[in-house]
Amino acid sequence: MTTWQNNRAARDARIAAGAGLAHGKVVEAHDATRLLEAVIRPGDRVCLEGDNQKQADLLSRALLAVDLSRISDLHMVQSGVVLPEHLDLFDRGVAKRLDYAYSGPQSARIARMLFGGKIELGAVHTYLELFARYFIDLTPQVALIAAVSADREGNLYTGPNTEDTPTVVEATAFKDGIVIAQVNEIVETVPRVDIPADRVHFIVKSDKPFFVEPLFTRDPAAITEGQILTAMLAIKGIYAPYGVQRLNHGIGFSTAAIELLLPTFGERLGLKGRIATHFALNPHPALIPAIESGWVRQIHSFGSEVGMDDYIRARSDVYFTGPDGSLRSNRAFCQSAGLYACDMFIGSTLQIDLRGNSSTVTTSRIAGFGGAPNMGADARGRRHPSEPWLKAGAEADPDGAALMRRGRKLVVQIGETFGDKNVPLFVERLDALELAEKLNLELAPIMIYGDDVTHIVTEEGVANLLLCRTAQEREQAIRGVAGYTDVGRRRDHGMVAHLRERGVIRRPEDIGINPLDADRSLLAARSIKDLVRWSGGLYAPPSKFRNW
Amino acid sequence: MEDLRFQHRVRARAGGTRRSAIVGVVASGNLEVLVERILPDAECAVDIKTAAIGFGEVWTAVIGDFVERYSPGGLKFSINDGGARPDTVSLRLAQAVRLIAENGQ
Repeated sequence: MTTWQNNRAARDARIAAGAGLAHGKVVEAHDATRLLEAVIRPGDRVCLEGDNQKQADLLSRALLAVDLSRISDLHMVQSGVVLPEHLDLFDRGVAKRLDYAYSGPQSARIARMLFGGKIELGAVHTYLELFARYFIDLTPQVALIAAVSADREGNLYTGPNTEDTPTVVEATAFKDGIVIAQVNEIVETVPRVDIPADRVHFIVKSDKPFFVEPLFTRDPAAITEGQILTAMLAIKGIYAPYGVQRLNHGIGFSTAAIELLLPTFGERLGLKGRIATHFALNPHPALIPAIESGWVRQIHSFGSEVGMDDYIRARSDVYFTGPDGSLRSNRAFCQSAGLYACDMFIGSTLQIDLRGNSSTVTTSRIAGFGGAPNMGADARGRRHPSEPWLKAGAEADPDGAALMRRGRKLVVQIGETFGDKNVPLFVERLDALELAEKLNLELAPIMIYGDDVTHIVTEEGVANLLLCRTAQEREQAIRGVAGYTDVGRRRDHGMVAHLRERGVIRRPEDIGINPLDADRSLLAARSIKDLVRWSGGLYAPPSKFRNW
Repeated sequence: MEDLRFQHRVRARAGGTRRSAIVGVVASGNLEVLVERILPDAECAVDIKTAAIGFGEVWTAVIGDFVERYSPGGLKFSINDGGARPDTVSLRLAQAVRLIAENGQ
């Protein structure tokens, strides 16, 4: 006889196996490994919550310590591979297969382990793509998540760094999976219910708060004149003519410079209210001066940022906040917002080739994609018009019938022609290809495909790829803003001059910008301390910063 | 360390009356440029001491473009380079020309 509720029965058996270790739903931290041994089966798909920022670190350590005779060969499906323990799982044999999206700090080690055959790689995804697969073919049997607090029933408060949790829980709990949450504290009443108790099976109280990475703090003191110049070119050469109001910024210093130029350079150009009013964006401290100057109407966030909680709470007209007053972030919704409701993505990368393909993968580092490929892609399902979207569409297809012509999302790559240690941004061939060949991948890890890129901004000027009509024009437009890199010096000078006449390439002087005006005095804040001052003392900066 | 020297014939004398100027600092990824008005009007010289070895071709291109664009006749530039990127070099040279083009000492 066919049975149709095997998974439910299996889930109930797992819960029963774990219940012996619990008082109600609460399990002591020192029993966490035993709990995992009781509820996880060999070969399970497990989502160990490693988000862009928030990490279920206690549960990571607990999983690493399991008895290998009971649990092995797990298939990890998690967006962030961020903690050393995430990879130790593979070294030890607890886990075998990996599907993920982002591996920032572990990018060098993950590359070594892939080469060494320690990890069987499914794919490197964009966040939204991995979330989508949670509901189709990568549904977790067990989710190990992190929350700020829980009540005795199991209602969870995930707080400002809600991030991926609702998505992970939705996919797991409603498909007969087990949800185990580590929480910083157990309280009488949670400040707000981010995850209802009936989706949570076990709670482990951690002795210290879960780890959060301050990923989005850029010290204004480290912004260079070159970055200020590219920021000026972007504002006057792209934001202004297209009238870009709804957008997402990447996390590099060039976009931080843009944020800090809005209340100064942008104000002088009379752009307030006309550009940069609605964001899909983490709470970037560098945006504080623009917010305080009345530029920004609304921000929806993927996650939070260390030190921004009080500021956000006090600026609820701008941010999404819960009834408790604190930020509610949600990565899946914010990624959807970035894909469908933003007219521009602007961000940095490590390598751009002659067709405009870009990648942050180098032969020794696999950083993953995070959200960039999703933000930096034209949404083919978009149907609502807007000024920048229609204008970009018209530039790409000037002869098309206006009523039938798709618009285009502006996808802007911004950067200096040479990066850290004089490594060129422009290359003939992406390292991602070499990596794909070495690892026998079916698909090279391209972050943003060239056919989605509309503009490239460097200190040498703006290349508008929408106006290129042939592959050769596209190549010369890219070479024409590639500065003194090998790619730039091998340009066809005649063709580049012709592209400039057509406005495909625009130099600073064509946009009315004197590079000598690119001065740090233009930055609305020149230090972290300035940002604190702008925030009226509400921003409490973290002690460490990270470079991109 | 590598020493490089470039000499160019230029079409016009640099503006202003100032005798010398200094911009930038010697630091990693940065450079210091001393510019002096000591050459005949149709000449320009650039002396470079750089921490980065093997970038002669790039320097040739950067200095060539700079001289073509600003026509810095009569000026001698002495550069102490801490491995600055080419765009930073171009910027500092342009800043040096702007500074010496001011009137005064």
